Amino acid sequence: MARSYQDLLAAAREQVPEVQVADLASRREAGDAPLVIDVREQAEWDEGHIPGAVHIPRSFLESRIAGVAGPDREIVLSCASGNRSLLAGTTLREMGYSNVASLAGGFQRWKQSGQPYDVPRTLTPEQRSRYSRHVLIPEVGEEGQLKLLDSRVLLIGAGGLGSPAAYYLAAAGVGTIGLVDDDVVDASNLQRQIIHTTDRVGMPKGESARIAIEALNPDVDVRVHQFRVTKDNVLDLLADYDVVVDGADNFPTRYLLNDAALMTRTPLVHASILRFEGHASVFLPYEGPCYRCLFPEPPPPDMAPSCGEAGVLGVLCGVMGNIQANEAIKVLLGIGDTLAGRLLIYDALAMTFTELKVRRDPDCPACGPNAVLEFKDYDAWCAGVGRHAPEAAGARA
Amino acid sequence: MSTVRIPPVLRAAAGGERELELPGGTVNEVLEALYERHPAVRAQLQTPEGELHRFVNVYLNDEDVRLLSWLDTEVSDGDTLLILPAMAGGAG
Repeated sequence: MARSYQDLLAAAREQVPEVQVADLASRREAGDAPLVIDVREQAEWDEGHIPGAVHIPRSFLESRIAGVAGPDREIVLSCASGNRSLLAGTTLREMGYSNVASLAGGFQRWKQSGQPYDVPRTLTPEQRSRYSRHVLIPEVGEEGQLKLLDSRVLLIGAGGLGSPAAYYLAAAGVGTIGLVDDDVVDASNLQRQIIHTTDRVGMPKGESARIAIEALNPDVDVRVHQFRVTKDNVLDLLADYDVVVDGADNFPTRYLLNDAALMTRTPLVHASILRFEGHASVFLPYEGPCYRCLFPEPPPPDMAPSCGEAGVLGVLCGVMGNIQANEAIKVLLGIGDTLAGRLLIYDALAMTFTELKVRRDPDCPACGPNAVLEFKDYDAWCAGVGRHAPEAAGARA
Repeated sequence: MSTVRIPPVLRAAAGGERELELPGGTVNEVLEALYERHPAVRAQLQTPEGELHRFVNVYLNDEDVRLLSWLDTEVSDGDTLLILPAMAGGAG
């Protein structure tokens, strides 16, 4: 004999007890709330749901319930009006979940009764499509993608490292990308600085990068800071960002950034490049070592040639800049193991990756317990003024 | 014999070599063997007083010798000694 929808609901009502909105609400207020599972479709959930409820669309209930609750857990199922949740209740009972009830009147009655409800921030349909390959990764998911969209990353330099890093961070949907560079695009940059183009030679690098990023991903708010980082502007600059990606081309800027990142407790994602060799690390202020734990002093200028003097393989910039983008995303999402406490050395010619341990230096003049951290004249210091190598070496040994 | 890895900025002083096999039972002895082969490297790594410059890091395998026994750190056959000055390049 065929059974109608009403027959099924009546049978379900006999098996699955119903809970009234007022009873569920008072139990929640008393801090004795059963687990609420909302079995509606995604679009219904997105328009509002009971705070703290877990969302499992009806069609996924059987396959996902075990990951959310065991068979002894007290569960209240909820849908729009209380019918789908009743039917879902019979399914859970069949699966051995004995303590299952259905919310009478569902979310509609909950809302009409004046109970609080959440309207979640969600990705738009366009964003869900654009970032679908991120959303599929359990470590990222929709929540992680929303976090990236809320994140702000400052890139020091829109050059060899900044180009690939900015490109991939923009593609990843990092919502705010700041670019600090006072230089203009030169034809000799294009062998490696892939965010710029031949027809933008002569344009400020920040503006050129803005054009590329906006064409790639309109979700990104690009902020161009067309100046050099100095001790007068660095603290205000860092205050507006969650992570700094250091792609500077000189030691004074790198040491200044290290000290400013400590002062503002901003994670610093480091990389440097020369010829076929790249270094990368992550400096988490006061949690891991800082740049000065690793390199207490810069080498003298004759031992520190720039890429402009010694050359650099264009592809190397892509590898190292993308390692920085990768580490920045991990820091923002709080996932995985970053390079904090490790220095990664990439030799593109030998195609080897070497990892060195970097530890916090208890005598670090920047982040050690006795450090008095204040800005110095980094240009003079890096040029060797005021430093006496023999004394320094003795102090370090 | 241990392997000594020469960073790009020191290769000109080390006859263009990237890696050398050198004898020596301590970091200091290995470095002396390096200076003997390539005398121009000495001034780039050490002060006239014989101390390593503060801007040069030396790693035995993956550990900074500063945290071991500095120049007296023992080196065994097959170990790798890596010389590492900071590099600044990035944007330019």
